[in-house]
Amino acid sequence: MITKTPNLNRRSFVIGSATVGAGLALGLKIPFGASVVRAQDGSPEVTAWVVIRPDDTVVIRIARSEMGQGTLTGLAQLVAEELECDWSKVKTEYPTPGQSVKRKRVWGDFSTGGSRGIRDSHQYVREGGATARIMLIQAAANTWNVPASECSAVNSVITHRPSGRKTTYGKVAEAAAKLTPPEKPALKDPTEWKLIGKSVKRLDTMDKLSGAQVYGTDLKLPGMLNATIKDCPVFGGKVKSYEAAKVTGMPGVRHVVKVGDSAVAVVADTWWQAKTALDALPIVWDEGPNATVSSATIAEMLKEGLSAEQAFVGNQNGDAKAAIASAAKKIEAVYAYPFQNHAPMEPMNATAKYTPDRCEVWGPTQNGEAAFAATMAASGLPADKCEVYKVHLGGGFGRRVAYQDYITQAVLIAKQIPGTPVKLLWTREEDMLHGRYHPVMQCKLVGALDGSNNLTGLHMRLSGQSILSAVRPEALQQGKDPLVFQGLNPGGDFAIGYSVPNLLIDHAMRNTHVPPGFWRGVNINQNAIFLECFMDEMAHAAGQDPLEFRRKLMSKHPKHLAVLNAVADRAGWGKPAPRGVYRGLAQMMSFASYVAACAEISVSSGDKVKIHRIVAATDPGYAVNPGQIERQVAGSFVYGLSALFMEECTVKDGHIEQTNFNVYDSMRIAQMPKVETIIMPSGGFWGGVGEPTICVAAPAVLNAFFAATGKRLRTVPLKNHGITLV
Amino acid sequence: MARLTINGKTLEVNVNPSTPLLWAIREQVGLTGTKYGCGIAQCGACTVHLDGAAVRSCVMPVAAAEGKRITTIEGLASGGVLHKVQKAWLDKEVPQCGYCQSGMIMAVAALLKDTPKPSDAEIDARITNICRCGTFQQVREAIHAAAKA
Ligand code: FES
Ligand code: FES
Repeated sequence: MITKTPNLNRRSFVIGSATVGAGLALGLKIPFGASVVRAQDGSPEVTAWVVIRPDDTVVIRIARSEMGQGTLTGLAQLVAEELECDWSKVKTEYPTPGQSVKRKRVWGDFSTGGSRGIRDSHQYVREGGATARIMLIQAAANTWNVPASECSAVNSVITHRPSGRKTTYGKVAEAAAKLTPPEKPALKDPTEWKLIGKSVKRLDTMDKLSGAQVYGTDLKLPGMLNATIKDCPVFGGKVKSYEAAKVTGMPGVRHVVKVGDSAVAVVADTWWQAKTALDALPIVWDEGPNATVSSATIAEMLKEGLSAEQAFVGNQNGDAKAAIASAAKKIEAVYAYPFQNHAPMEPMNATAKYTPDRCEVWGPTQNGEAAFAATMAASGLPADKCEVYKVHLGGGFGRRVAYQDYITQAVLIAKQIPGTPVKLLWTREEDMLHGRYHPVMQCKLVGALDGSNNLTGLHMRLSGQSILSAVRPEALQQGKDPLVFQGLNPGGDFAIGYSVPNLLIDHAMRNTHVPPGFWRGVNINQNAIFLECFMDEMAHAAGQDPLEFRRKLMSKHPKHLAVLNAVADRAGWGKPAPRGVYRGLAQMMSFASYVAACAEISVSSGDKVKIHRIVAATDPGYAVNPGQIERQVAGSFVYGLSALFMEECTVKDGHIEQTNFNVYDSMRIAQMPKVETIIMPSGGFWGGVGEPTICVAAPAVLNAFFAATGKRLRTVPLKNHGITLV
Repeated sequence: MARLTINGKTLEVNVNPSTPLLWAIREQVGLTGTKYGCGIAQCGACTVHLDGAAVRSCVMPVAAAEGKRITTIEGLASGGVLHKVQKAWLDKEVPQCGYCQSGMIMAVAALLKDTPKPSDAEIDARITNICRCGTFQQVREAIHAAAKA
């Protein structure tokens, strides 16, 4: 067998005495040598971001995970911009969480979710690049015995301006690393950027074209065995018994092991052997009390919440209930959003090797540090005996961020076979049955219009699941889950774009036994449908154009309005559409970016929807790589529209019913609309990119469907209404 | 045992004949560019060529591939030169996570072989791979670019 441990041999880590000749980590203040570790507060050593090899190769460390969203390239652009290095010589690598722990979190947060990759780390990674540049220039100035102020750097070449002398980063890196880093390096003004804002090519494309990219599923270690697992299909259930003897004689089978108290795994020479044996293994489950839960009982529980007395208030001004009571016209609607599985193309997997002295894990995770914590907990070993090596993810979408369940399982299996590396790979069926699902939510909306058809009041009552209650209950605010109100808040990264004179948005928390997770876009997906479709409903009730109706409420929200106007203009809102084509609009603020969409659809036979075009606009503040932003916008629409039309996980007898793509479909190329993206960075803030736009696709299409048919569709997915996307 | 001809090389693999070709390729032959996505012929991540035609290897027993020419993503480029589909994929920067792309590229390479200048409708009919990252807009552009190359 070929051994594949990606990148490890190419790693340029220079911890320990291997420093000499192996390249140089600038400013690496690891616990040896004189200038050693930093303050107790763990403030980051910024120059740990940049390694320069004698041949001028620049290795940029990336703490966040690349799962397709392009953050690896974007973060490298930020560092390289300040470093003034030769972009063609840039390589990247992931630091390990174990190293980060040893070095007091020098690389900051590893978590890659909430569209935070760039917007949360742009400051310190740019400082990492700037610090390195200053030290490199200083080192060159020292060798020439001239003031650093007479030297400048471009493209990895340092020039002493008065004499014209030149040297390269690779030649002075060693000397630079011995210098004391400057305290707070000044960063360039955005007007001086050369690389940020350019659509440079991704750094990770080539290996993805040739089969060379090693994903978690592809890892091979010497002596490795392969495992697959079945967890109790009913969440909260346990293993009662299983008959290992029935399969231990099957080809290749080495071990049948219990994993925690709810799962059984078969470990074999090959994965196919493990799967074949697991399929044949008789397992009896103790399903527990959740086995009586169904989609219908969950829907009932949520429905009760729509009119419950108690609810957490997320946004309130004026007196919405009084405004509604005295309305000239009252509009009411109830919407609902289902459980959905992330279904990244690469099923959950992780490889673990355990000995009583060391536990190592290789795998795809959106949060290296959380994977590290899971490794420690499952192995029972302290931090200095654990390590996690990340590999690129075959999709994440939030499934691999808050939960490291697959890592825990891999370690628990490996622990029972000390010394032998074990790769655990889930079947697609296991992946579908043990997701961490998009939360279920219902919403009742009541709007009030006065005699002149002005919106005077709005009450939005949400009823449904809280993700935070499941993943971080300590983050609840006196019981309230603030994330439930994404896109509906009075201010912040998820601010509502309308001024409504009397407004009440509240949430009756109704949690289920089905575990909820962060799913690309998170709660903004359903909130955008609720708010933006209901805006449309109210506009029609008021006899007004949906764009004009919105505009009247948006004068205090100029950035929201700007993206909405941009899509309306580009799509030709107000001008006749091609025959049979109808338009719908939506806008939101999402993960600190302002986003809007105008969809153009036609409907044939009343139930076949063709989306011809979606014009999308995003204002992410700064657009680091416009080419990649365009791809994220179009990709987010595929994910969001698959969810709108096709995807629902239903619950029967306590378990999820959908087991594979034959019953949980995903858009194909034939259904792909033309996506035109307007990127309009207005500067002064850093918004997200991977998630924000997903939320506007669905309401824009639903509003266009109403324009085409006069029918409101208020529950997702549309397949339940007999509607197909063609 | 099965005798397979993969990317121009013939080899004996020690495997039960009912094992899906996908797993023989990944586990016995050791070529991991071909991916597992669903195991039920729905997603196309496991697409390889059998005598030049695209097949979903997760549902094809290895026995059915004996005596045929199997090409995987690793064998698509020849003599270090990228296949025109790979070249177009590079130019248009198609991959996001990339996990589906081996299968996508193999499906497209087979399409262009028998339909060198596919219309959009032909692309829609023939390319049915799932891409959860949603690269379809770039996939379509890259197919047309490859067709012109
Ligand atoms: S893995 Fe074969 S089609 Fe999905
Ligand atoms: S590129 Fe990620 S699934 Fe297609």
